[in-house]
Amino acid sequence: MHSFGYRANALLTFAVTILAFICAIASFSDNFSNQTPSAQIQILNINWFQKQPHGNDEVSLTLNITADLQSLFTWNTKQVFAFVAAEYKTSQNSLNQVSLWDAIIGEKEHAKFWIQISNKYRFIDQGHNLRGKDFNLTLHWHVMPKTGKMFADKIVMSGYRLPDAYR
Amino acid sequence: MDWQGQKLAEQLMQILLLIAAVVAFVVGYTTASFRTMMLIYAGGVGVTTLITIPNWPFFNRHPLKWLDPSEAEKHPKPEVVVSSKKKSSKK
Repeated sequence: MHSFGYRANALLTFAVTILAFICAIASFSDNFSNQTPSAQIQILNINWFQKQPHGNDEVSLTLNITADLQSLFTWNTKQVFAFVAAEYKTSQNSLNQVSLWDAIIGEKEHAKFWIQISNKYRFIDQGHNLRGKDFNLTLHWHVMPKTGKMFADKIVMSGYRLPDAYR
Repeated sequence: MDWQGQKLAEQLMQILLLIAAVVAFVVGYTTASFRTMMLIYAGGVGVTTLITIPNWPFFNRHPLKWLDPSEAEKHPKPEVVVSSKKKSSKK
């Protein structure tokens, strides 16, 4: 502690170490937040359902997505990444997950929303297994923090079914 | 700074930073504002810098007693004696 440089170095090191501790505790405090998200997805219309030239099935849907993800936001949340995936089983794969839509929610106010769109990403199967297929639509979300651990969870909605013949 | 001053500077630095951190976290958590926490902590670091880094007079209350220059002249430094054995080996 005998010179400016010595004291400045000690102070800076200690300050940064404590800053790391503060951020770790801030991230830990996220475990105590009460999270009650809700969502509903409706398939309004099957726009078309065809077999591609290469032999893979493709379907285009119009979805109505309603969700309230406001309770996921804490003081330590930077943004929430949400996406909707269609999940189904085929003889080839035990689980297929096809992402149909996603969004980055930057503020808590935007986390309660209602949106009606056709699928943002193409719903293409590995093969031609989609006729008459039962599938789940799952809303996944990743809560990205300002510092610390990222939390991810989902809501599974089942009971959707594709038509038995191409349209 | 003298020895007591250095010890005081180190202790002050550690305690002030810890207090700044605790206050920053509590205020930030209760107001649910991450930004407030960071601003208060940065302010705390700035205040600690101003208090502990410059050479304030209160750090020098127990100054070291160095030997007086006139006293030093009365006791000259002993001369270094070069032994003759070493000289012969160098040839």
